Amino acid sequence: MKHLYTWGAIAAIVLASTTGDVLLARAMKQVGDVGELWHRCGLWKVVGRVARNPYFLFGVLSMTVAFYSLLFALSWGDVSLVGPASASLTFVANAIAARIFLHERVDRRRWMAALLVAGGVALLAG
Amino acid sequence: MTFRRYLVLAGVTVFAATGDSLLSRGMREIGNLSLHHLPELILAILNPWVALGIFFLLGFFATYMTALSWADLTYVLPASSLGYVLLALIAKFLLHEQVSTLRWLGIALISAGVGFVAGGPALTHVPPEQEPAVLDEPVETRAS
Repeated sequence: MKHLYTWGAIAAIVLASTTGDVLLARAMKQVGDVGELWHRCGLWKVVGRVARNPYFLFGVLSMTVAFYSLLFALSWGDVSLVGPASASLTFVANAIAARIFLHERVDRRRWMAALLVAGGVALLAG
Repeated sequence: MTFRRYLVLAGVTVFAATGDSLLSRGMREIGNLSLHHLPELILAILNPWVALGIFFLLGFFATYMTALSWADLTYVLPASSLGYVLLALIAKFLLHEQVSTLRWLGIALISAGVGFVAGGPALTHVPPEQEPAVLDEPVETRAS
């Protein structure tokens, strides 16, 4: 039962985290290169610009859900399982989501990486 | 990719692995949580290990957002995933968890996946709706 709870929490982390990652990536692409903006406009302008972006706000909300799911998962399972498993599955889900929603060019090299990571996750769960 | 950008990616890795490990240690002290005791989950952030973990995860968030401003999501995530190896080392030597041979092999496979993307381009798509780089109001340019 504890095992089921752990994997349920991991699934929640992956879903919330992928949604958050995609929203945050879109927000930061709209904001532009932070280093360049900081140099030109100062830190507070950059912070204000990021904080006003609606994608950022919804992204943070999704990440908050992912964070509390992580707290649940860590209270039930080993960090060396929960950490890599949730992060790696999120990585695979992100490759799919980034291609669909962010129009990133996920080429053979990046898909290969996704498969290797998926294999790694299967071993971690074994 | 400049040295400063590699430094940002390293920051993503170190902050994430350290933050997760601190959270893990804190949650061990608190014990198992249940959905029937939600206030305990909120109060979990008062534990010093959890609080320190959150501090490191804020560092992770800042560096992660910076990296996402100039690189693809599918580049940033794998490029910073050497943290899994760091996480396993922390779990084994500091948290004294059992990390089996199969888990080490899994971590090695994940790291190999990193190698595939690390050599490719960091950015493959810039959304057309990107905001103009110059802000509306006049801005003082810092001396360079």
